[in-house]
Amino acid sequence: MDFLRPTTWGEALAAKAEHPSAVPIAGGTDVMVEINFDHRRPAHLIDLTRVADLYTWEVGDERVRLGAAVPYTRIMTHLRAELPGLALAAHTVGSPQIRNRGSVGGNLGAASPAGDCHPALLAAGAEVEAESVRGTRLIPIDDFFTGVKRSALEPDELIRAVRITRATGPQQFAKVGTRNAMVIAVCAFGLALHPEQRRVGTGIGSAAPTPVRARTAEEFLAAALADADLWASGEPLPQGLVREFAELAAGACNPIDDVRGTAAYRRHAVAVLARRTLGWAWESYRDQIGSTEGGAPRCA
Amino acid sequence: MGATRIPASLTQASQARGGVGESTPRPDGTLKVTGDFAYASDLWHEDMLWGHTLRSPHAYAEIRSVDLSQALRVPGVYAVLTHADLPAATHYGLEIADQPVLARDVVRCHGEPVAVVAADHPETARRAAARIVVDYRELTPITDEASALAPDAPVLHPGRTDAHAAHVPHPNVVHRQPITRGDVAAARVRADIVVSGDYEIGMQDQAFLGPESGLAVPAADGGVDLYVATQWLHSDLRQLAPVLGLPEDKVRMTLSGVGGAFGGREDLSMQAHACLLALHTGKPVKMVYNRFESFFGHVHRHPARLHYEHGASRDGVIQYLTCRIVLDGGAYASASPAVVGNAASLGAGPYAIDNVDIEALALYTNNPPCGAMRGFGAVQACFAYESQMDKLAAALGLHPVELRRRNALSQGAAMPTGQVVDSPAPVAELLRRVRAMPMPPERQWVTADEAGETIDVRALPGGRAGTTHGEGVVRGVGYAVGVKNVGFSEGFDDYSTARVRLQVVAGEPVAAVHTAMAEVGQGGVTVHAQIARTELGVAEVTIHPADTRIGSAGSTSASRQTYVTGGAIRHACELVRERVFDLGRARFGSHHPAWATAELLLEGGKVVTDGGEALADLADVLGDEVIDVEREWRHRPTEALDPHTGQGFGHVQYSFAAHRAVVEVDTELGLVKVVELACAQDVGKALNPLSVTGQIQGGSTQGLGLALLEEIVVADGKVRNPSFTDYLIPTIVDTPSIPVDVLELADPHAPYGLRGVGEAPTLSATPAIVAAIRAATGLPLRRVPVRPEHLTGT
Repeated sequence: MDFLRPTTWGEALAAKAEHPSAVPIAGGTDVMVEINFDHRRPAHLIDLTRVADLYTWEVGDERVRLGAAVPYTRIMTHLRAELPGLALAAHTVGSPQIRNRGSVGGNLGAASPAGDCHPALLAAGAEVEAESVRGTRLIPIDDFFTGVKRSALEPDELIRAVRITRATGPQQFAKVGTRNAMVIAVCAFGLALHPEQRRVGTGIGSAAPTPVRARTAEEFLAAALADADLWASGEPLPQGLVREFAELAAGACNPIDDVRGTAAYRRHAVAVLARRTLGWAWESYRDQIGSTEGGAPRCA
Repeated sequence: MGATRIPASLTQASQARGGVGESTPRPDGTLKVTGDFAYASDLWHEDMLWGHTLRSPHAYAEIRSVDLSQALRVPGVYAVLTHADLPAATHYGLEIADQPVLARDVVRCHGEPVAVVAADHPETARRAAARIVVDYRELTPITDEASALAPDAPVLHPGRTDAHAAHVPHPNVVHRQPITRGDVAAARVRADIVVSGDYEIGMQDQAFLGPESGLAVPAADGGVDLYVATQWLHSDLRQLAPVLGLPEDKVRMTLSGVGGAFGGREDLSMQAHACLLALHTGKPVKMVYNRFESFFGHVHRHPARLHYEHGASRDGVIQYLTCRIVLDGGAYASASPAVVGNAASLGAGPYAIDNVDIEALALYTNNPPCGAMRGFGAVQACFAYESQMDKLAAALGLHPVELRRRNALSQGAAMPTGQVVDSPAPVAELLRRVRAMPMPPERQWVTADEAGETIDVRALPGGRAGTTHGEGVVRGVGYAVGVKNVGFSEGFDDYSTARVRLQVVAGEPVAAVHTAMAEVGQGGVTVHAQIARTELGVAEVTIHPADTRIGSAGSTSASRQTYVTGGAIRHACELVRERVFDLGRARFGSHHPAWATAELLLEGGKVVTDGGEALADLADVLGDEVIDVEREWRHRPTEALDPHTGQGFGHVQYSFAAHRAVVEVDTELGLVKVVELACAQDVGKALNPLSVTGQIQGGSTQGLGLALLEEIVVADGKVRNPSFTDYLIPTIVDTPSIPVDVLELADPHAPYGLRGVGEAPTLSATPAIVAAIRAATGLPLRRVPVRPEHLTGT
């Protein structure tokens, strides 16, 4: 196995073009596990840790351009306001040591259905900035996941950054695991309210061959909120509406039985998470538009 | 062998008093926390080779042929060995030598070693092993009692000649132990209330953090030096020497840094393979398992199915118990016979029940081999009998603690084996104490201030994953108590050997203690030095590295090392002390009449009278003399259990602990947060109170793991989750506050009155947590680990 150490992005792209089967590595929290367990044996590793750009981010008016290798810890610390859903998801990744090294670029590169970032990205709206010596293209997050651990990346492409829509409303993320920390998701749910667009975003993890959006649930909720003029009034959500949303979210799942959980449990749990995250997000929204007194409890 | 680094501070040289009863810090503690401790996996030798094991991918298969040619062609490969290359004994085992060093014509479990490779790099060895072509014919595996005892079941170990073979109902039963006492039929008539239940325990793993590892160095005399992480050097040696075809004195073993054991290092793992490769190649050979291989490299806790029936009179007095405990021993016997003995003899729990009919047995199957793990047969039984106690209490309308109190064992009562408990058995008192502890506040995840409420999701089920802010969360409280034996039982000659040397070094008296006791993280070296300080009144104690140059210390298991090796050290120290006084009388007897008349003591580096008068400096008494004593020491003997009635003085000592668990259950998602796991335990005498607390907290946490998380999932004999990604052990976020109440009621038969500590808390933690979840959910929950699916009906 050759260990290629580009010092610039250009060198990295050239290396990837020359060795399309090469595996990029930054934090190594995923790639090294696979190598140590002998699950894969790439002929080349491309070490991206010397490409400084990948560790930076820019906050724009509408988007955050997040370098592919920015560690989760930094997202949690610096981007809580702009990317609240992703920051919550980052909190649930592995252990502090893993959060200090792991990154969204790596999560996307692995394209696991259980990747913790994916539901948050799907709910918020994002584009993956993929680049090769041939040029740059933006892959909408909805088109990125093509199968179990497969993505729309071409063999010569590397992920440079992710362009994520800045939050204009509350976002939530919750993940079920059988352990209370350091666990791979049995299932996960991300929710983003986009009040300016009168739109709802969702993302489901670990409950289908790829991370998916619950589109029917999104459309149902957006329509229901519009019909009753709830965006403007900030009235509490009718229980029936919340239940229907939860059931539609569960309906978007296509889970399997495996060693981590049963399909039936995953479907059930996604419904519970959809219901709860919607409740929390709506409470925050009501706070935001000033229609409640006292307010929702804060989470430490 | 300058390459083997032993941490310098394993040599205990504290200037503090540091005797028995003090919380002396551990010499290895800081090194382990900072990452400086040298584990067996850090061993290194110039010019060493790396060994790798090829293991069976099948649970049960015939081996038709093995082709090594491609593997041998890999550059850097020095040797590839199979069954055909074994020089002497081909099988080994803790109690029954039924386990092949390398499989010959059949593999009986997933992961069974088939061939070993030595190469100049671990990757080369691994690649070469992958090129070995084994032609298997898969067979239908035996996976449970029904398939093991079916009329057409294959006999997994034909032609058995072991001691249990004559008593078993079927050759696929390793050992069966019935216990009958009193008259169950008559008692059944008296019972107003009868409760019964079927219970199931999943396969728990010891999950020690330091994987199996060691270094074998061939010696000029044709022998071998083995540096290894193990639990019992001499047990390894007894099994290893015949496999190597060497006399025991040519197989020299030294304990290397051990990263946890919990029973999982009682059996051989890489010992024979590394030595065979080293002797074959003439080069040092190192073997280190990775985490994946470790799951196949050691035995696990027996999964079990248990049927229990208790009958009680309306006043809450248990009239009888019948139970049947079926343990899955897997493909090889390992410690199964002794585990069966424990499950049977401790199967009634810490209760005085006059009429019992108990049956425990272990099966041979094609599942992974199971053997020793903390709690050793008593854990499985405790989950069942404590679940029964709650069921019975509910049927009688009694508080769970009150029912237990009415039936609690006490000193002078008889166990089902007829053995009368002849030291304190404060079962009712331990329960009273955990019940009386203050409860953690309700809604403990909320902090309120002027700005409103703040929720700490880490204090809620789901933790950091943020699945609830209190929605669906219900609190439950549960109690449990258990009984564990201490030391090896059933007539086993359970001894230890200690050598204590006292001499003056640089003007100061220094004691050197040498035993073969395996420090696996339990704190033995700390406590042993404390004993030497107390007994010899010296500040300086050196603990010699454990090796086979001295006699056996017995196993670091069964909660026995402080008792037995501690007892041996104390005994050797007493003999050293007598020689000191003899020497003093000879040298200084004429200076002071007290030398002849007073009771003499060694304190603060001086010979003093029991009246406190100093007679001489120890250093002056010793002069140039070196006092050197080596002795074996035994606890009082036990007896084998009668094979038909189970009667007999089977155990040397009993150990009791009780728990109260407080849990929050997210009833919608089936997630659990254990908020508090209070424990009260009688330890007889706390030689090192800090270590005692650590053992109780660690044992409780391992019991929590079994209650909620830890299970090796096996399907058709194959392990499906051999990694720490999918075999989940508790993290610090899962670990509750564990207040500990330590009772010290001396056992008059034991050194210092002490009682083995390490295992009892592992028993009762599990049923206490499950009882608390039942209280929160109203669900029957007859299986552990409890999974979210069980709590949500999905």
